[in-house]
Amino acid sequence: MDKLDKKLLSILQTDFPITAQPYHELGKKLGITPQEVLSRIADLKEQGIIRRLGGIFDSRKLGYKSTLCAMKVPEEKIAQTAEIINSYPGVTHNYLRENEYNMWFTLIAPSKAHIQKICREIKERSGIHDLIELPAKDFFKIDVKFSIEGGSQ
Amino acid sequence: MITNLQKKIIKELQKDLPLVERPFEVIAQRLDMEEAELLQEISHLKEKGYIRRFGAALRHREVGLLANAMIVWRIPEDEIEEAGNVVAGFPEVTHCYHRQPLPHWRYNLFAMIHFSTKEECHEMAERIARAVGDYPYELLFSTTELKKTSMKYFAE
Repeated sequence: MDKLDKKLLSILQTDFPITAQPYHELGKKLGITPQEVLSRIADLKEQGIIRRLGGIFDSRKLGYKSTLCAMKVPEEKIAQTAEIINSYPGVTHNYLRENEYNMWFTLIAPSKAHIQKICREIKERSGIHDLIELPAKDFFKIDVKFSIEGGSQ
Repeated sequence: MITNLQKKIIKELQKDLPLVERPFEVIAQRLDMEEAELLQEISHLKEKGYIRRFGAALRHREVGLLANAMIVWRIPEDEIEEAGNVVAGFPEVTHCYHRQPLPHWRYNLFAMIHFSTKEECHEMAERIARAVGDYPYELLFSTTELKKTSMKYFAE
């Protein structure tokens, strides 16, 4: 990743032009051709740096409910439990963290009832009943861009 | 209310944007509509906040941000609004939520930070903690990413 890639990534995270020829506009901003913008994006995708290019939505505005769950999973049951949890499409993030509660996942579903049902199923299927559910009451900040140019954004 | 057309557009925009000169024309064709009309609809969805952000979703580990910490504080509920705004005011904080505490989990303010090293996360947490005030807090570092994907809305 060179300096131009970093600059491109910075713009791509929040200022993608919603216009007929967005890669032209990006090229103009960066002083490169649209073809070069396209090939750089393709490379960044291939390297796994860009996961996806598209819309990132507000789940609440779309009528969905979301929550954060944590479980106490014994070492020997981690793989099996992760497989169960990850099988739900509404589970978008799942991380092991250094804590008594070691498995942390986010869950999005059409309603609170769906969320409760999925949590119940996860407990039953995994045999682990120590699951806490921590829905957000307030959002002070949500998914802003990562600083990759060194400076703060 | 979200219209059927908006749902169809959202379903397209949660896929990967085509890497061609006129990507929205490709999507407009799939939806049997005009490119200009689609662009207008997308701008509208953005304005209304249905689309929180349009652009690249990154894998932060791949950009060298290997240490990611969730910082959790235990703050009196009547002071949390102020504390939350202080924490969210740090540009290094990417997410900051107030969550309902539980008997087994009494932390109620959550924030995410991402750095190259754990040390940097600790330093940042200390800086934030000084600004927030003297409340108990903990850092939970992630050790393994088990899943990271985008939600597919209206998938049925």
